[in-house]
Amino acid sequence: MRVRVNTEKCEGHNRCCALAPELFDVDDYGTATALNDGEVPAELEAKAKLAVENCPEFAIEYVRISGEQDK
Amino acid sequence: MTETPPVDDWATDYDLFDADYIKDPVPVWDDLRERCPVAHTERWGGSWMPIRYEDMQALVRMVPQLSSRDPLVVNTPREEQDFDPVISEYGNSAPPISSDPPNHIPERRVILPMFTPKAVEQYRPYTEQLCHDLIDGFIAKGSCDAALDYAVHIPAKTIAHVIGVDLNRTDEFVGWVRGLLEEGTTDAAKRNKYRSIIRKFFAELVVARKAEPKDDLISHMLTQEINGQPIARNTVIGMCNLLLVAGIDTTWSSIGSALWHFSTHTDDRRRLASEPELFPSAIEEMLRFYSPVMMARRVTEETQLGGVTFMPGEKVLLNFPAANRDPEIFEDADKVVLDRAKNRHIAFGIGSHRCAGSNLARMEMDAALRIWFERIPEFELSDPEAVTWAGGQVRGPRHLPFTFPV
Repeated sequence: MRVRVNTEKCEGHNRCCALAPELFDVDDYGTATALNDGEVPAELEAKAKLAVENCPEFAIEYVRISGEQDK
Repeated sequence: MTETPPVDDWATDYDLFDADYIKDPVPVWDDLRERCPVAHTERWGGSWMPIRYEDMQALVRMVPQLSSRDPLVVNTPREEQDFDPVISEYGNSAPPISSDPPNHIPERRVILPMFTPKAVEQYRPYTEQLCHDLIDGFIAKGSCDAALDYAVHIPAKTIAHVIGVDLNRTDEFVGWVRGLLEEGTTDAAKRNKYRSIIRKFFAELVVARKAEPKDDLISHMLTQEINGQPIARNTVIGMCNLLLVAGIDTTWSSIGSALWHFSTHTDDRRRLASEPELFPSAIEEMLRFYSPVMMARRVTEETQLGGVTFMPGEKVLLNFPAANRDPEIFEDADKVVLDRAKNRHIAFGIGSHRCAGSNLARMEMDAALRIWFERIPEFELSDPEAVTWAGGQVRGPRHLPFTFPV
């Protein structure tokens, strides 16, 4: 699983970073970025889902890795 | 407050300052959501009030058709402000909340770095010590007013500490902000009076810090540039005004509403006391369920939403609290779920004007509630009739008589 932050939509609510600090960081202006190219280790998939589902700007998306089946 | 005639139809004649609405606005929102997602009123200068979550998502992106230059929910004629000599000298803006493109983002970028999650953590020890000191003041009595003896002081003293103003004057600051945002919303003379007092206070402080910088936020702001130019004096005065005004009533309301909830919902109180790992999700749920803040926009170009047309000069209200109860978005929207996993609430607004102080507010709520629960895990409302609520721009309890075992 991989996630991506749409920086056009991100407005710095910081929910992703609070819920999944292993996966996201925010800069001085609050804009979030996914760490490690957005790669989500299996044990952090639940946290990634929380980040996606708590973003008030709908700014975090799942990215399909080629060859991976739809979940 | 001025007496106004009772509301007959909330869809065409809503009254944000109706006493029953302030006490419990939810039945009105449920009614409007069903039959009229964009309500209108001629009261308080006239405004439109969309209700649905998806409408709020759309409205905040209507830039520049909807301007932020006058974000108060009461529609005040501009000329009313122009005769005040303090306002004429120091301006009436509160950047970046009252800014539009192209100034908005550069102005916002002056203050955002001071309120990142990491930056606000430096204030946590101060806030935690403050919470303990406040509780020390009443714990032996077995009773307190949780709004006036506890909740109000936490944001007031923390923001004074952050900005770098005299901590002994926080009671005065609270009086000014209440004068502006509570009494002042329905009373133009009071609004202007307190607006001028706050401007003048910060104008003097800015002059003092310019002459002799200190290690504080005002001095730091004065060193900033906007679009390559040194920041203007009135921009700093306006920003300080914003930090004080937006930083007190709002978080006071959030902390107070959460304490009110737990004092009147024993199961939730017991659950949070015994499962402290729920604090993060419980705080978000309190923010969703008791969102304190409504904002407003001024229409600059004819714009349509939900079958109605907003005309230039009209006001549109951003009812984030109602959006956070929208059953289309939130499962069991009318229930408090302390471990709610999916919570895209918009208590801090959304879009480019997302509350710049949201990380500070969350830190304050977290400290205030954790320390309260640690020291007073059992408490109840002793006199429900004595509870009062402020409403309009910012909704939250202003009297909360509690008792607890000594």
